[in-house]
Amino acid sequence: MKLKLIASISVSLLMARWRQTLVAAIGVTFSITMFIALLSFMGGLNKLLDGLVVNRTPHVRIYKEVKPTLVQPIDKSANFAESYNFVHSVKPKNERLDVLNSAAIIRALKQDKRVMGVAPKVITQVYYNVGSVDLMGVINGIDVEAEAKLFTFSDYVIAGNYIDLKNTPNSIVLGKGVAEKMLVQVGDIIQITSSKGQMVKLKVVGIFQSGLQEIDKVNSYSSLHTAQKIMGESNSFLTDIQVKLNDINLAPEMAKEFQALYGVDAIDIQTANSQFETGSFIRTLISYVVGITLLIVAGFGIYNILNMMIYEKMDSIAILKATGFSGSDVNRVFISIALSIGLFGGILGLIFGFGLSAIIGQIPFNTSALPTVKTYPIEYNLYFYLVAIVFSTVTTYFAGYLPARKASKIDPVVIIRGK
Amino acid sequence: MDNIILEAKGINKYFHDPNTIQVLNNISFSVQKGEFVSVTGKSGCGKSTLLYILSTMDTDYEGELKIHNLLMRDKSEAELARVRNEEIGFVFQFHYLLNEFNVIKNVMLPGLKLGKYTEQEVEHNALEKLKILGIESEALKLPNQLSGGQKQRVAIARALINNPLLIMGDEPTGNLDKKNSELVFDIFQELAESYQQSLLIVTHDQEFASKTQRTIVMEDGKIIADSKN
Repeated sequence: MKLKLIASISVSLLMARWRQTLVAAIGVTFSITMFIALLSFMGGLNKLLDGLVVNRTPHVRIYKEVKPTLVQPIDKSANFAESYNFVHSVKPKNERLDVLNSAAIIRALKQDKRVMGVAPKVITQVYYNVGSVDLMGVINGIDVEAEAKLFTFSDYVIAGNYIDLKNTPNSIVLGKGVAEKMLVQVGDIIQITSSKGQMVKLKVVGIFQSGLQEIDKVNSYSSLHTAQKIMGESNSFLTDIQVKLNDINLAPEMAKEFQALYGVDAIDIQTANSQFETGSFIRTLISYVVGITLLIVAGFGIYNILNMMIYEKMDSIAILKATGFSGSDVNRVFISIALSIGLFGGILGLIFGFGLSAIIGQIPFNTSALPTVKTYPIEYNLYFYLVAIVFSTVTTYFAGYLPARKASKIDPVVIIRGK
Repeated sequence: MDNIILEAKGINKYFHDPNTIQVLNNISFSVQKGEFVSVTGKSGCGKSTLLYILSTMDTDYEGELKIHNLLMRDKSEAELARVRNEEIGFVFQFHYLLNEFNVIKNVMLPGLKLGKYTEQEVEHNALEKLKILGIESEALKLPNQLSGGQKQRVAIARALINNPLLIMGDEPTGNLDKKNSELVFDIFQELAESYQQSLLIVTHDQEFASKTQRTIVMEDGKIIADSKN
């Protein structure tokens, strides 16, 4: 009953100055629209840039590092257990480069509930033979299907069909940079020299572009089996086991766990690519700061209109107080005016913000770095909309707070006597 | 004694700006139920100031004010608002109607604020009051479509809506022509006689004052005469 009364007084005051009220609401609408569009765009951009790395990088990479043994024989001797031992010029042993017992590790990982998928890999150094010139290169032997499923390999193959890599024996997908240097196209045969000096002929079934030129100039992909053949190793030889997790945040912890459990080296994505997280964080921060600044400006607009309204409606406020409305009733009237401007403007802003981000999402955006992206990236996230409406309500509440307090303190005697 | 609805005892009031001046000096009097009292005096004698103190709107005074035997001092702002809402009806020199609302809504506002009755009941009461004042046909008009006399009658209806203990008027006929002034006086007269409504009206109109039941004359912040007419 009382709320309804206060609401009806607020509405009538609003309608009495509907033009100015509308302008104030448009201020809120504009800032919320920009806030939503900005956050959606930045969010999309962040996802895109993170995707460049995150989608292609295993959450945990298990590999074998060539390094000197940490524990030297003298450390194991009981005679010198109490001593500090100096051993100079320690060199690594001549060890195999593959992950030991890889088949058992993969089997165990596949049963782990935290693991989304496992993709084995063989990385080997080669020379691409172009006439009399040898180009340095790297061939990644991959499990084609797992790689496509977990690391969206197929998105980056811009010519040919990625699955031919599996179906055609002795085939290769060349990096775009390599292919340009060698002047080859899909269907051509190229020759490479393995690190052990063996010459191999491979058929080009595709060309890939990762967006990172340094990678495209050097890297190529072949099937696991082909890579193992080039190296002259058995088909249990794996240099990397790539693990994708269901929850990326578990990666650092699980990398440590694998390291201890399997006696291998393991690195998590956060450690390997910490700069990307920093970039995303800064971009998000900037968009929030800009959005909030816009809202505060809109808040001043509301503050102004309410102040004006109070000067104009001084008589009405005085008579309301004289006939028994208390200061807090008057306060509530003006707070609800402010909040309704904020809510109305805010909800319109959400709708326009959605529209604007949808329009931005239609603008063509072609970049050689990202073959799969055709338009500007937009992230549609309910969270942004929630934050926006909460911010707009809070800002307008504070914008209304001081004028409302002023109105509640108006002394009816002063106003009525003044006439 | 039970019939005393308003009692003032030794009320003093000072204005401090720019110099301290005493505007009310030891004012004591009481109003009985059903009395039609006028307060009169020259401009600046403090009669309006007294009215605002009696109405509880001005709380900066010395002395005792009792409404319905309840001491008004020490009551919070919200409690005083409640007293004004329930016990006191106001009619000012200027009508002070809210232009955003139509006539009946203006009359209903204090009733809705009181919240004792449902909206339908308040609307019914408001229509009754408008009928008493002979302006029920204007109920759905906006205040700025009415004449000055009609506006003042709407303001009286608004003062009546919560069936207050006392109606206070601050120069209610000050802005009206002779004909309308008489009309308003007749309304007050009828309220006092037919409905036993107590009224306390501040006016400088001697003719108006002389027709009321009792006249209090003030000069320089003091009561110099208090007589039944």
